[in-house]
Order: sequence, then C-alpha cells, then structure tokens
Amino acid sequence: MSDAMAHDDAHHGYRPGGMKRWLTTTNHKDIGTLYLVFSLVMFFIGGAMAMIIRLELFQPGLQFIDPQFYNSMTTMHALIMIFGAVMPAWTGFANWLVPMMIGAPDMALPRLNNWSFWILPFAFTLLLSTLFMPGGAPAGGWTMYPPLVLQTGDAFPFLIFAVHLMGASSIAGAINIIATVFNLRAPGMTLMKLPLFVWTWIITAFLLIAAMPVLAGAVTMLLTDKFFGTSFFSAAGGGDPVMFQHIFWFFGHPEVYILILPAFGIASAIIPTFARKPLFGYSSMVYASASIAFLSFIVWAHHMFTVGMPLAGELFFMYATVLIAIPTGVKVFNWVATMWQGSMTFETPMLFAIAFVVLFTIGGFSGLMLGVTPVDFQYHDTYFVVAHFHYVLVTGSVFAIIAGTYFWLPKWTGHMYDESLGKLHFWLSTISVNVLFFPQHFLGLAGMPRRIPDYAVQFADWNMVSSIGGFVFGASQLLFVIGIIKCARGGVKATAQVWDGAHGLEWTLPSPPPFHSFSVPPDPATIEGGMR
Amino acid sequence: MDTPPLKQANNRLVVQLLGITALMFAFGYSLVPLYNVFCEITGTNGKTGRLAPAQAALLVPDESREITVEFVTNVNVGLPWDFRALTSSVRVRPGVITQVEFEVGNRATQTLVGQAVPSVAPNKAARYFSKTECFCFSQQPLAGGEKKAMPVRFIIDPKLPADIETVTLSYTFFEAPPNSQQGSAAGDAPKT
Amino acid sequence: MKTVKIRPLLRGLTAALALAPMLAHAEWGNLNLTRGVTPYSETVYELHMLILWVCIITGTGVFAAIFYSIIKFRKSKGAVAAQWHENTLVEFLWTAVPAIILVVMAVPATKALIMMEDVSKSEMTIKVTGLQWRWRYDYVNQDVFFYSGLANTSNAARQLNSGIDPRTVENYLLEVDRELVLPVGRKIRFLTTASDVIHSWWVPALGWKRDAIPGYINESWALIKEPGVYRGQCTELCGKDHGFMPIVVRALPEADYLVWLDQQKAAQKPKTAALDPGNQSLATTR
Repeated sequence: MSDAMAHDDAHHGYRPGGMKRWLTTTNHKDIGTLYLVFSLVMFFIGGAMAMIIRLELFQPGLQFIDPQFYNSMTTMHALIMIFGAVMPAWTGFANWLVPMMIGAPDMALPRLNNWSFWILPFAFTLLLSTLFMPGGAPAGGWTMYPPLVLQTGDAFPFLIFAVHLMGASSIAGAINIIATVFNLRAPGMTLMKLPLFVWTWIITAFLLIAAMPVLAGAVTMLLTDKFFGTSFFSAAGGGDPVMFQHIFWFFGHPEVYILILPAFGIASAIIPTFARKPLFGYSSMVYASASIAFLSFIVWAHHMFTVGMPLAGELFFMYATVLIAIPTGVKVFNWVATMWQGSMTFETPMLFAIAFVVLFTIGGFSGLMLGVTPVDFQYHDTYFVVAHFHYVLVTGSVFAIIAGTYFWLPKWTGHMYDESLGKLHFWLSTISVNVLFFPQHFLGLAGMPRRIPDYAVQFADWNMVSSIGGFVFGASQLLFVIGIIKCARGGVKATAQVWDGAHGLEWTLPSPPPFHSFSVPPDPATIEGGMR
Repeated sequence: MDTPPLKQANNRLVVQLLGITALMFAFGYSLVPLYNVFCEITGTNGKTGRLAPAQAALLVPDESREITVEFVTNVNVGLPWDFRALTSSVRVRPGVITQVEFEVGNRATQTLVGQAVPSVAPNKAARYFSKTECFCFSQQPLAGGEKKAMPVRFIIDPKLPADIETVTLSYTFFEAPPNSQQGSAAGDAPKT
Repeated sequence: MKTVKIRPLLRGLTAALALAPMLAHAEWGNLNLTRGVTPYSETVYELHMLILWVCIITGTGVFAAIFYSIIKFRKSKGAVAAQWHENTLVEFLWTAVPAIILVVMAVPATKALIMMEDVSKSEMTIKVTGLQWRWRYDYVNQDVFFYSGLANTSNAARQLNSGIDPRTVENYLLEVDRELVLPVGRKIRFLTTASDVIHSWWVPALGWKRDAIPGYINESWALIKEPGVYRGQCTELCGKDHGFMPIVVRALPEADYLVWLDQQKAAQKPKTAALDPGNQSLATTR
C-alpha cells in the first residue's frame, strides 16, 4: 500500500494552481469539493425554477409565465435537482469521506474520478441551453413519457444526450467508489466495521450500476423512435407507450433509493455522535439498507397503478411496496433507540439530523398511503404525491446533505462554522419547509392535480400558504451559503476530533486533513476504537 | 512504484462492473420482448391474438351462453380519416366465427397509409379473443377521398371466463410509421 | 439550549399564521379526500381513513419517543449516555409488529381492488377519449357523442394577464362547454383511450382515475348514487394546456337521463348519417 502511495505522491506532487488545478486534479478532496460546489450551484438554479413555479402558483390565474414555460420549469427543476443537485452532492460526500473513513490515501481510480466530475458541467450546460432553443426547454416532465416527450422541439436530442452524460458520470463515480471500498480498505477494516455512510454508498453504487444503464436504454429508445423510425413506444408500429413507463420506473424506483440511502448513512453518523452513544443496531441497519435496495427493483409499477394493469399485477406491486415500510421502519426505530438514554447536545448537524428523521418519517407515511393501490387511484398525480416526494427528497435527502455539510465542514476546512448562523438557518428552513410542503397534502386530497400552472379558486388559500413557505425556504438557503463561505475563509480552528462524541477514522486525521488522507494505513486499534 | 496486485485488482473490478453496466443496458432492451410476452400471457393492454381459419374451426361452439361484443373506433391525430363500425355491437356464441364490417374513409386528397391497432377490454378477455381475418393484420393505404368497407372475422374461445359477459373490441387507426410503409404513400396509386 | 423549548411555540405560531387567512373564506372540507358518491369511492375513503389513522398513531408514538429523548436525555441536564446498542427482542418486535399491521391493512385493500376490477354486469358503456386538450365522450350503442372542453368564461380568464379575477368566474377551470350526463343508479362502464398523448380521466367523487392511452382501451366503472354535478380534471401531464381540460359529470335520475338522451339522439341524427367527423377538424389549438 505504501508503495502505491509513493507512486501517487510522485504523480500528484505536481500541483498547478488556479483553474488548472481544478481541471486536472485527481485528488479525492479536490474532486469532492468540485462535486459539492457544483451541487450547490445546481441547487440554486433548480431552486430558482422552484421559486418561479411557486410565484406563478401564488394565486389563481396566470400572472407571470405561460403554461408551456411552466411545464418546462417543472421538468427542468426535477432534472436539475435530481441529477444536478442531490446525486452530485452524494458523490461529493463519497469522494471526501470514503477514503478517509476506510483508511485509504485516495480513491482507487483518480483519473476516472476527474472525468466523472467534468462530464457533469457539460451535461448541464447542454440541458440548460435548451431554455434558449426554439420550442423551449423540455416540458414533458422529468419522467419523459412518450408520446408527449416526442412533441419536444429542438431541445429533444439535447435532453437525451444530457441524460446519457449524467448517467455515464454517475456510473463512473459508482465504479470508483466500489473499487475504492473493495480494494483500498485499511488492514483490519472489515466489511462489518465500515461506517454506515460507506455501507449505504456501496449499496447505492450497485443500484446506480444496475439502474442507470436501464435509463440510458429507455432514452436511447426514445431517441431512435423520434429520429430513426423505430417503434418501441408507438402503438402504430407495434410498440406500446406504457412499456416506456415500465422501463423508466424500473430505473426510477431504484433511483429514489439512490437519492435517499446515503442520507440514511449520514443520519447514522451524526445521531450517535451527538447522542454520545453507539448507533443502535448497526448490523440491522446494514441488512435493512440491503433489503430496501433489493425491494426497490420489484416495486416500480406502483408509480403507474392507473395505466390499467391486471389485478394480480396491482396486488403484487402493492404488497411489495408496503413491505418496504418494514426495513424503513427498522431504520427509524434504530435512530430513535440511539437517542434514547443518550447524552444529547443540539449543534446544527444534530438539529438537521433530528428534523431529517421526523420529516422523512412523515414522507414515509405518505409513501405507505400511496403504495396502497385502491387509494392510489385517488392520490395518483395529485399534490399529495408532490408533498410526499418533497418530504422524502427535501426534508429527507437535502436535509441530510445540509446536516452532513455542517457536520464535516470543520474537518474539510479546518475551521468551525458559525453556530448561531447555522441554528438560524435550521429554524428558518425547518419551519418554512413545513409551511411549504405540508399544505400540499391537503391540496392533493382536495383534488388538485400536479403539474398544472393554474388551479380552481378553492385551492387558492393553501397554495398561497405554500408559496410563502417556499419563498422563505428559498431565501433561508442563502444563509447556508454565507455560513459555508465564512467557514471556508476562516474561523475558530477545528480540532482533529471536532465533536467530542465523534468516532471513526476521519476524525483521527488533522483538520483540514493532509493532501493524501492515509499515506500510512491507520493503526487497526483505531479502527476498533472507531467502532466501539 | 505501483504494486501490481492492487492495480490488477482494480482493473479486474472495473471490467466486472463495466460488464454489469453493459448487461443492464442490454437488460433494458430485453424488457421489450419480455414485456410483450408478459402482455400476451396476462392480456395486458388487450392485445388480441390471430388464429388461422383451420385452427378456429377446431373450437367447439358453446351453445349455453351468448357474449355481447361491442366495437369502438378511434382515429389518432394526424390521420384525417373517418372510421366507424357498421355494427356497434353483436351477440355471439363462443366458438362461432362472426364477421363484422367497419367503414373507413380518407378525407385528405392524397393517399395515406394507416395501421389499425386493436385493443380488447376487459384485458383478461384478450387471450380468448382471436381474429381469423382483420384489416389490422397489415397496413391499409387509402387514396385521397377513398372510402371502403373492411371486414373482421373473429372467434371467442369457449374457455372465456364465465364472469365476462361483455367484450369490447377497439380499433385505433394510426398513420403508419413512414419508414415501415410498404411503398411510399404520397402520390402512389392505392394498392387495393 | 432554550431553542428547543421555543420549537413547539414556533410551530404553533406558524400554524396560527397559516390558518388566519383561511378563516375568512376557507372550505374546511377541502382538507381531506372526498367521500364521493359511488360504492367504490366510499370504500376508498374508508380505506384512506384507516391508513391515515394507522400512520397518525404510529407517527405519534415515534415522534413522542423522539421528543421525549430530546427533552429527557440532554447533556445540559446531566444525562449520561448509556452504551447499549443492541436488543434482539426489541428489534424483533419492531420488525414483526409493523408486518402484522401491514397484513391487517392489506386485507381491506385487496378487497377494494377486487371490487374495482370487477366491471361485469355493467348496464351501459361510455367511451372517454382524451385529446389535446379536451375530452370526447361516446355513448356506446346510442350513436351519441360530443366533445367537452374548458368553458369560455374560464378560458378567457385563464389567459396570461387576462385582467379577469378568477374569483369572479363561476367554477373557474372546473367548468366545461358540454357536461357528461349520466344516469344515477346504473353500473356504468367507462372505456378510456386517447388519440394523441396519454391523458388521465379523474373525477374524485367517482373514486378513481384511469389513464387514457393512445391505441389502447382501459376499463373502469362507477355507480353514481346521488344526482348532482361532479367535477374533475385531467391528471396526466399532456402538454401545454394540461391544466385546462376539466371534466364535469352531471348525474341525473334515470327518467331525466332518458329524456336527455332522446334529445341528444334527435339532435345528432343528421350528424351520424354522415361519417363521424373524427377529431381532425377539432384538433385546432385554442
């Protein structure tokens, strides 16, 4: 191992400054930073689109944008948030943390790492450029259902190519993470000693490798249907538009867990730290994550109960779907049990982690409701669904990303962040996000369909409340950026351990850590200590 | 220098993982035939079967029950055709071949080629619903202004579940995909 | 650590702030799913309430444990962390108990689904065709069909910067130029299909929505118990005017329905003599 380091050191010894450093870097921390900064930029671009959506929905009638542009906004908002904000954020966390957590010097495939990042800016430049094209940006929904998506204008091939690039990037990232964990673990770091963040990411990486190629296949079929005369999804040529939905959701449901599994890992790192108590049920957490990942491949049709399926199919997908509640419940109970009889303090990462557990659970409940086929015939494609997936993605994934950022920021920068600013960010975000999304449950149950730019007057009040929550939530995120910039520039020096309850290899390195995380493998005794 | 075992292990793993990626890409495509098989077995989407007249003759008519068969017609946008069933519904005995007529007319001035897509409701009846002759078996060119009658001969398998009393046969005419049209449409003489 | 004590206060305050404008002209019935007017919609409503209560009770338990921990096991109160991190019995219980609850919930859900999928013994058939951006209704076997799109009053008000306050428009966005008229007390079979992209036909009071897919027909049914007007919308993104293709069902007593149907037949006689005009002439966008 140390021989390998000698080589890498020699190779990486040359460190250009400025832009060239970032373009050519193969260092896991630099690339992690690039991913995280990219994700933050995309979070704000996607967020700006969300603000436009909430502005138009502030009151009934069309005041600001036309319906076609509104559809572009919902479509682009989803694509950017999923593929541009959340997924790169997870890869960024993995880049920064996985080598440090497993006692490795760097990622296993540093050059691939560089490429997998730099594909992303190209992909999103392509995607965003469609906003200025004749016919406008894609407006058929991020789910790209044919035949509607085939009505997209000049933007269509750009959409497909951008999706291909995003897929290639995340597959490359996943391969790198698997190779790192499989081949670069420090001696003594056995699989069942891996921190849960690493475990959830390994499972996520396999989901990526299994699911993203299916998406690539589906969009390639769309492309050939549109330009090369195939008829995969056209009934006229013997195809079937519903088949696209089956293929898409075969990717789409694992994708949901790609977005949330690393969040489980982060909550499992933060809660024990601030409860000063070991994580309850480590091995059941690992098995629960694995069973969730497995189940994610056999529940896809619950996204499309209304297309008209045989009764047996509807029953199977309902049973499989509600089954996911069991391993998910185990996780939530484990976190609660970790807090029970702990000795808790409530720094910003802990606050966000607790909010994550509570609010993600609310999203889990609405997910359970949506999984029950006969009632889904009512809920499907209403704001109830919008409320559900924003609870699991915003107060789930995004809150975990924020929590993780505050948690490891002192490690990354060597400075403590501004705690009172962090707390202000937390309270504003948590209150406003509930004002934003909770009323959408009511709207959906009362009958408001999703993806509509204008609505009947009876939905006006809750939409206004929701929009106000949205504006406050959007503005609050500026505090996050201020906090990060302040922390990167300076502040109270962070110790190596940072949090007195922190355990794990990354906390044995100085803050900020050296360029090569573990040039010398850590002492196996430290690994035992990290696990407690 | 780099320890070869580590590099080898990395390379081997990358090749394996890329192999999974390629397999899953292929799997995405293999869902197409898999889905069709699935639909045939379950009758999903009401895709109907085709039966040679000789095979149809082997079915034993069921004198004990009558099924109502309804016909509905649709024309997809982009095809300026009129399309209707001359009989909107018939009562038939399972195991007996029945013929009904549809009428289709081209409102455009040029020749257009249409492809009819059948669908049966309830879906679970689709497996028992077979046609021995149908205009949906091939693409149908119609000259500008042309109108013609098109027959369908169908038979219902007597094994049709007892709870099904009404079966609806739907046809939707689509413009045939340009590259699959037998001969170019515009300006050609009608093939009838 | 005063912040945590502020939390419920802040929650309550925001809730109150959120509710204040509601009180003026809120429809409190708008918080929940409709009970609907069909046997199926009532079954769905009861199932919905059952699952909702299961979620609320479970959630209350979980959240109570979290907030109890937050208050009780805090370092500032001198709490000393225990070091246990496993308990086989507890782990078994919180795997098994949810599993039992799910099985109990699955029974009525399965029954409801079997009920929904039984379309036999229907007494009439309506074909619903979605097209960009209106609906076409065919009374199968009756030679009656018509198109139903957004009413002109709503259409004028919904234009960008129309200057018309939607609140002044009756049934804004939920009014059509021609209603789908149906009889009360008959099991009606609906066949949904589309002629361009996928749409979805949803009237909440009937208890379900069904996708309308070009080339294929989907089957569902409803038995409307109460005369009345029931409104719904397209629920599958179908392009620019997806938000502007409402559905209005007017359910009439049987005798009134028959009178209405005869009028329609008389009015459409000349039309059906010629061929069905298809949708081409109507595919113009508005």
